[in-house]
Amino acid sequence: MAEVKLFRTWSSPFALRIVWALKLKDVQYDTIFEDLSNKSPLLLQYNPVHKKVPVLVHNGKSVAESFVILEYIEETWKQNPLLSEDPHERAAARCWAKFGDEKVLPSIWEAFKSEGKEQEEGIVKAKENLKYLEEELKGKKFFGGEHIGFADIALGWLAEYENVFEEVTSMRVIAEEEFPLLSEWKRTFSDAPIIKENWPPRDKLVTKFQALREANLLKKVPK
Amino acid sequence: MADEVILLDGYVSSFGMRVRVALAEKGIRYEYREEDLRNKSQLLLKMNPIHKKIPVLIHNGKPVCESLIIVQYIDEVWKDKAPLLPSDPYQRAQARFWADFIDKKLYDASRKIWTTKGEEQEAAKKEFIEVLKVLEGELGDKPYFMGERFGFLDIALITFYSWFHAFETLGNFSIEAECPKLISWAKRCLQKESVSKSLADQKKVYEFVVEMKKSLGV
Repeated sequence: MAEVKLFRTWSSPFALRIVWALKLKDVQYDTIFEDLSNKSPLLLQYNPVHKKVPVLVHNGKSVAESFVILEYIEETWKQNPLLSEDPHERAAARCWAKFGDEKVLPSIWEAFKSEGKEQEEGIVKAKENLKYLEEELKGKKFFGGEHIGFADIALGWLAEYENVFEEVTSMRVIAEEEFPLLSEWKRTFSDAPIIKENWPPRDKLVTKFQALREANLLKKVPK
Repeated sequence: MADEVILLDGYVSSFGMRVRVALAEKGIRYEYREEDLRNKSQLLLKMNPIHKKIPVLIHNGKPVCESLIIVQYIDEVWKDKAPLLPSDPYQRAQARFWADFIDKKLYDASRKIWTTKGEEQEAAKKEFIEVLKVLEGELGDKPYFMGERFGFLDIALITFYSWFHAFETLGNFSIEAECPKLISWAKRCLQKESVSKSLADQKKVYEFVVEMKKSLGV
């Protein structure tokens, strides 16, 4: 019998991608929660290069890096495909996923970590990236079209974590008036079965990210 | 109907070279257009409005961006010839993982070799060699990264080889002395016409880097 294990933390948005993909394909798996301040020997054995989560272990063989894991899941369990069969659409989905991690995520995180004028400037930068996502959603329910696809899973953290960041700092990046399609996508994605059932608890996320933000702001105080 | 394939590229770009090697491996005819990155063409801005970067592959009018995504695209479209990724999902995952590792670690480390001096440069050289050593370990005694056949991961790394001469000269060190197995692998790859014809001439790369240093004031 196939044995699938997922090493993750309870709060990591990267790990959620894997949870969603496995559940959307109805793949049974065990979860091992990691404490990143005290990494287990197993984790270090399965991901010696980066020592990070998430890591998927399938029949004893490990795969690391969330997008690499998603592609592996897609190729191993072919039901409910996350990628189109059309090579151009596949390439586009991969590009949006990459854009999300290389531009959208860091710009929102930068804005979240800062305050005052720095935060204002950060929000402006984040919005410039989000405009491209808004444009891409024209005429579509999800980035994947009618159904949740690879790009939705890659960007899905936005649907909840942006709300968390707003609760912590009252910074609003995806405002309804400016980003009507993205706002709608956040709701639709968040409410989809499987996605809805698997968000980490909101209050715990707020507490955690509040602490992270405060720690970051303290670091910036000149000594 | 014949395929129309255009590649917007920059001669010295290791990312662009990856696409050239992939196209050559598959024997695909295409039109090469050199971009001047200080004066980007309308076509480039239209086809890659978000990043405005090369390489961009335009296949029958539709653009594909990001070098490794383009290489995968090429492998998927022209799938009947010279497969670049292995067929086994776990092997494919390994190839993707290490290609991602190269993109995350090698480029930044290497850039600092020619944009910094003194202690910072020494640290950059050390980091660069460390990354290469990890990759050398992954290669082991295999002829190519995934085994007997040249493929995706070899393509991801070999194109940086054309910059080694520039790094060695400007950093005053020998990469071969530190990573002899990796250099053997590189020379093996260069015996393939798809690679030797696609890689930029290392002297031209060096001249380019010297000019970049002047214009950046580093």
